[in-house]
Amino acid sequence: MEILERTSDVMVINMGPQHPSTHGVLRVELKTDGEVILEATPHLGYLHRDFEKHCEAVLWGGVIPYTDRMDYVAAMNNNFGYCLAVEKLLGTEIPERASVLRVLVSELNRIASHLLAFGTYGIDIGAFTPFLYAFREREMILDLFEHCCGARLTYNYIRIGGVSRDLPPEFEPKCRRLVRTMREAIPEYNNLLSYNQIFVARTRDIGVIPAELAIAWGCTGPVLRGSGVKWDLRKDEPYSIYPELQFEVPVGKGEVGTVGDCWDRYMVRLREMEQSVDLVEQCLDRLKPGPVMAKGTRSVKPPKGEVYHRTETPRGELGFYIVSDGGKKAYRCKVRSPCFCNLSILSEIAPGHLIADMVALIGSIDIVLGEVDR
Amino acid sequence: MDFALIGARLAGKFGGDAVPTVPEKGDPFVLVKRERIAEVCRFCREDEALTFNSLHCISGIDYPKDQKLAVVYNLFSFRHRHSVALRVEMPRDGEPHLDSVVAVWPGANWLERETYDMFGIRFDGHPDPRRILLPDDWEGFPLRKDYQVAEMWHGMRIDANYHPPGGPPKE
Repeated sequence: MEILERTSDVMVINMGPQHPSTHGVLRVELKTDGEVILEATPHLGYLHRDFEKHCEAVLWGGVIPYTDRMDYVAAMNNNFGYCLAVEKLLGTEIPERASVLRVLVSELNRIASHLLAFGTYGIDIGAFTPFLYAFREREMILDLFEHCCGARLTYNYIRIGGVSRDLPPEFEPKCRRLVRTMREAIPEYNNLLSYNQIFVARTRDIGVIPAELAIAWGCTGPVLRGSGVKWDLRKDEPYSIYPELQFEVPVGKGEVGTVGDCWDRYMVRLREMEQSVDLVEQCLDRLKPGPVMAKGTRSVKPPKGEVYHRTETPRGELGFYIVSDGGKKAYRCKVRSPCFCNLSILSEIAPGHLIADMVALIGSIDIVLGEVDR
Repeated sequence: MDFALIGARLAGKFGGDAVPTVPEKGDPFVLVKRERIAEVCRFCREDEALTFNSLHCISGIDYPKDQKLAVVYNLFSFRHRHSVALRVEMPRDGEPHLDSVVAVWPGANWLERETYDMFGIRFDGHPDPRRILLPDDWEGFPLRKDYQVAEMWHGMRIDANYHPPGGPPKE
């Protein structure tokens, strides 16, 4: 946006770290001219625990609970990414049933994560009700996770070589009920929020990220697809059983405004939920009895080497750069966090917007500070 | 393009300063001479056949035994849908430093700041060379293998040997 000639003194405002719309402990230092933002500098690190240092102190399998605590609203996807990276170095074959279960829980977690993004985005913009609807369905998914691994948020379910345990018998009927509920619920969300006039007015043409800019800044996931780039690792660099599954990759088309605005990013998430529901159903249909853990993966020692593996989490591409010296512990485990890279574009996009639009912008990037700060 | 072609193209342009390497296990990489990394990155970005328009990840690695630090750049091209890893190695002593690639990919900004924060590798020409995850007045670089936790920080005592109930992890 064009910055008009300054009319008043520059004022510095700290947004956060205790601000509900920053979705955690993010502090953004705003230089403002009246209501208009001139400069935005994010300050990170309030939740920094140095995950990567911890990885070097525990066994390979012991890293998985730490990955739970990075993106804690999509912990399954984090488990999945880490295990795939280690298995790439190990060269382990995963049993068919374990692979299906992994994709099943990852897609369920993607729905849960997007529901949270959808609900809290409504609150950011000023609509409280959608949040309650979103949590109604999210609760069902967390219940399902409780059935399969006992935890509701930090699962440690996907392990190196498979998954920790098989599903209980009540899982499948409950999961099919969830699929039916979600198919009815998503049109409801659209009626409630997506095409609501006030919501559209608040998000249309706000925070436009052109495709070229998104690529140069390393944006991935819904932020990249919201800018109209059709790129999804599950489709374009498929891993696990994704090549055998049928789904579409939704992209932002600028339906209510410019391509790459906040509304586009928001809508990509809603449409991804529809696709994930289909994926969950396909996975349920493919479940056949069998082992859920590969043999000889209880205590692993990957050979000396370095690998980089990336997967598509609800927030973007999560990369693990893993270095092994042939020992029982990781020599180095670097995480390429999607939120960290997506958030870095904020200082580029924010100038010229109003302070109130900043809330819409941060919400549309959908960060989880546990993963930004690690 | 696959790795062999990308490696050959880089080796053809930069000779001995960009050596394609295929290890026994793990991902292949191109070993780049420290002084030429920014130049190689710019070529990767601007060459028609390569067009690596996205910098994915910058990882630092510390090898105290060999007295060296390594930095790995994972690049990706949305146009050609291929990727490559560039690797730079430098001595660990003194002030390790590298040329910044922020001018090539703006997304390198925070990744380089993180690498400085954790390993103390300076990036020459970085527009905002501050720490990012740790407080600005932090001492030391935690991901170096020989990092010692300070005993006190702003009047607070730090017990580096503290373990939650259950004791330290068992071997």
